Amino acid sequence: MKLEALPWLILFLPLLAAAVITLFTRHKRNLSAGISIGAVVTGFGLSLIFVKLSSWQPNPPETAVTWLALGDFKVDLGLRFDPLSLLMLLIVTGVASAIHIYSWGYMRDDRGFSRYFACLSLFTFSMLGIVLANNFIELFIFWELVGVSSYLLIGFWFERPAAADAGKKAFLTNRLGDFGFLLGILTVWSTLRSLNFADLRETLAAHPQALGPLATVAGLLIFCGAMGKSAQFPLHVWLPDAMEGPTPVSALIHAATMVAAGVYMLCRVFFLLDIPGSHALEVISWVGGITAMLSAVIAVQQNDIKRILAYSTLSQLGYMVMGVGLGGPTQAMFHLTTHAFFKALLFLGAGSIILALHHEQDIWKMGGLRQKMPTTFWTFLVGTLALAGIPPLSGFYSKDVILALAAEQHAYGRFVLGAAVAVLTAFYMFRLVFVVFFSAPRSESPGHARESPAVITWPLKALAVFSIVAGFIGVENLYRSQFGAVGTERAVTTTQQIAAPFVEAPLAAGFGILAAAIGMLAAYSIYAKAAADPLPEKLGALSRAMRNRFYFDEFYEATFIRFHDLLAAVAAWIDRWIIGGLVTFTHGTTELTGRALRLLQTGNLQAYAFLFAFGVALVLFLVLR
Amino acid sequence: MTIGLEDYLVVSMLLFCLGLLGVILRRNILIIYMGLELMLNAANLALVACSRFNNNLDGQVFVFFIITVAAAEVAVGLALIVALYRKRQTAHVEDLTSLKN
Repeated sequence: MKLEALPWLILFLPLLAAAVITLFTRHKRNLSAGISIGAVVTGFGLSLIFVKLSSWQPNPPETAVTWLALGDFKVDLGLRFDPLSLLMLLIVTGVASAIHIYSWGYMRDDRGFSRYFACLSLFTFSMLGIVLANNFIELFIFWELVGVSSYLLIGFWFERPAAADAGKKAFLTNRLGDFGFLLGILTVWSTLRSLNFADLRETLAAHPQALGPLATVAGLLIFCGAMGKSAQFPLHVWLPDAMEGPTPVSALIHAATMVAAGVYMLCRVFFLLDIPGSHALEVISWVGGITAMLSAVIAVQQNDIKRILAYSTLSQLGYMVMGVGLGGPTQAMFHLTTHAFFKALLFLGAGSIILALHHEQDIWKMGGLRQKMPTTFWTFLVGTLALAGIPPLSGFYSKDVILALAAEQHAYGRFVLGAAVAVLTAFYMFRLVFVVFFSAPRSESPGHARESPAVITWPLKALAVFSIVAGFIGVENLYRSQFGAVGTERAVTTTQQIAAPFVEAPLAAGFGILAAAIGMLAAYSIYAKAAADPLPEKLGALSRAMRNRFYFDEFYEATFIRFHDLLAAVAAWIDRWIIGGLVTFTHGTTELTGRALRLLQTGNLQAYAFLFAFGVALVLFLVLR
Repeated sequence: MTIGLEDYLVVSMLLFCLGLLGVILRRNILIIYMGLELMLNAANLALVACSRFNNNLDGQVFVFFIITVAAAEVAVGLALIVALYRKRQTAHVEDLTSLKN
C-alpha cells in the first residue's frame, strides 16, 4: 500500500464507524462500542506508523483531489503533513483512543450507548479533518462538522432541558464566531485569490504587503472563528454550560481537542497574522490574556467539579491564544499538546469520581476520597501538578515558554497577567484537590465510594504518564521545526530539555515556580481543614460575582438576547401583516373573481352552443365588416 | 334563368341555420345530433359548389374526407348517447346539467 493512502484511511475510518453504527448496529451495544473503539485505535496505530515513516519537513508534498472547480475558484479536498498536523494527528487519535476506551466503562448503563459512540466517531472524523486540511474551505467544512458533533454530544441527554439548552447555546455562540471566520476567509480569497495554505504562505512570503490595508481586518476576522471555537472572551460563555454533556465528552471535546482547534487554526495560518503592519496579533494576545485572567478568577469560586475544570480550560486556552498573539505559535502548540494530556486526565479523573459518587458533582459534598480511590487520586494529583506548573511535569515547561516569550518581547503587562493566572491556577486546582480528596467525607456518598473498574483507570494511567513526560521528550523542537528557528539553539538530549527553562529563561522559570508555590500554599492554608468554603464570607460581593460568573450570561440575556427578540418580533409582524397581507390579497382577489365567473356556468348544453354561435357570429361580423 | 353559385350558397346557408337552430332549440339530444349533421352537410354543399364553380377538385376531395370523418363521428356520438341514456334514463338536455357551477 502506498504511504499516501494511509492518512485517508485514518481520516475516514471513524466516519465509516459512525455510519455503520447508525445504520446497522444501533441495538447491539457492545458491537457498536467495539466498532467505534476499533476505528479510533486502529487510526492511532496507523498514525504512529505514518508519522514514523514521514519526512517531518515544514513543507511536504500534499495529496489532494479537486472537489469543486468554478472558473478560477478551485476547492481541493487535500491533506497536509507538516510537523504541525502530524503531531496533532497523534494527539487527537491518541487522546481520543484513551477516551473512547474510558467511555465504554463510563457510559455502560446509558440507554443511548450506540448513539453516543456514533457521535463520538463522527466527532473524531471531523477533528481529524481540521487537523489535516490543506485549505481554508476544507478547514471550514470540518470546522462546522465539529460544531455539529459537539452540539449532538453536549445535548446527548436531551431529555434534560439544561443539556438541550447548553447544546443550542454552544452551537449558536460558535456560529457567531464562524460568521466572522467566513468573512475572513472571503477577505483572504478576494485579495489573494487563493485559499490553499501553502500557496498563501508563499505569496505572503514573497509580498508581505499583498493584503494591504486589510491585513489587520482579515487577521481579526479569522480570529473570530478561533474566538468562538476556543471560547475566548467575549464568546466564552458556551464552554462552562457545555459541561452538561457526558464527562468523557467534556474531556475529549471541551478540553483536549475541539476547543484546541481554534488555537491550532491560528497557528496554521500564523503567516497570515504575522505580517508587518498588522495589529491583529496584539489584539489576539490581549484577548487571550483577559480570557485567562477572567476565567481563572471565576474558577476560584465555582463548586461544581466539572465547572472548575471548564473554567480552568478556558483560562489555559487564553494562555495559548496569548502565546500565539505574542508571536509564538511554537509555544502555543506546545502548551496545547501538554494541556490536551493533563486536562483530559483531569476530566477523566473527575468522571471517575462522579461515577463513584452516583453523579454527585458538588465538591462540598465530597471529601476523603484519597483512601477510597487511590488510582484516581494519584493520577488526578499528577494532572493537578502538571496544570499548576510544578517541574518536571509537562505543564511547567509549556507554561514557562509562554511566560519566557512574554518577557522576551518585553510585554511585561502580559507577563504579569500570565504569572497572576499561574497563581490562581495553582490555587483553585489545589482547592479542588484538598476539598475532594482530603479531610473527612462531607456527605453520605463519599463514604461508600469505590475505585472505578480497570477500563476507567487504565486510560487515566496512560494519560498520567504523558502528562509527566510530555514536557521533555522533544515535542517543542518538532513544533519549532515547523515555525522556523525563532529562538536560540535548542536543547537536544532529555537532560538538557529538563534543565532548559532554568538555563534559558531563569526569570520566567523562577516566577512560574514561585506562582505555583504561592497558589498551592494559599490553597493549603485556607482549604486543608475547611468544612465549608470560607471565601464567600471574606470576599462578600466579589465572591458572589465570581460564583455568578461576573453576570455575563445575565448581561447577554438583558442586551443581545433582548435586542434579538425585539428584532424577531418586528420581523414576525412584518411577515404576518405586510408580506402575509399581500399573499392574502392575491388569493382573495382570485377567489372572488372565480366565484363571480362560476355563475356563468349554467350546465345547459344549449346555452353554451348559443353563446358559442353568437361569439362566432360576432367575430365574423367584426372581421368581415 | 340559370342557377349560379349564389343560389347554392344561399341554400347552404339556410341549411346551416336550420341545423344551428335545431342544435340550440331542440330538447332531445338525438335531434340536436341530427342538427349537427345538417350543419356539416351545409358546409359540404358550399364546398362542392365552390369547387365546381372554380373548376378545381380540391374542395370535392375535402368533402370526401368530411363525410368519412362524419361517419366515424356518428358512430362515436351515437354510442355516447346510448351510454348516456343507459346511465341516466333520459335523453333530454335540461336533465343533463351536472356540470353546473
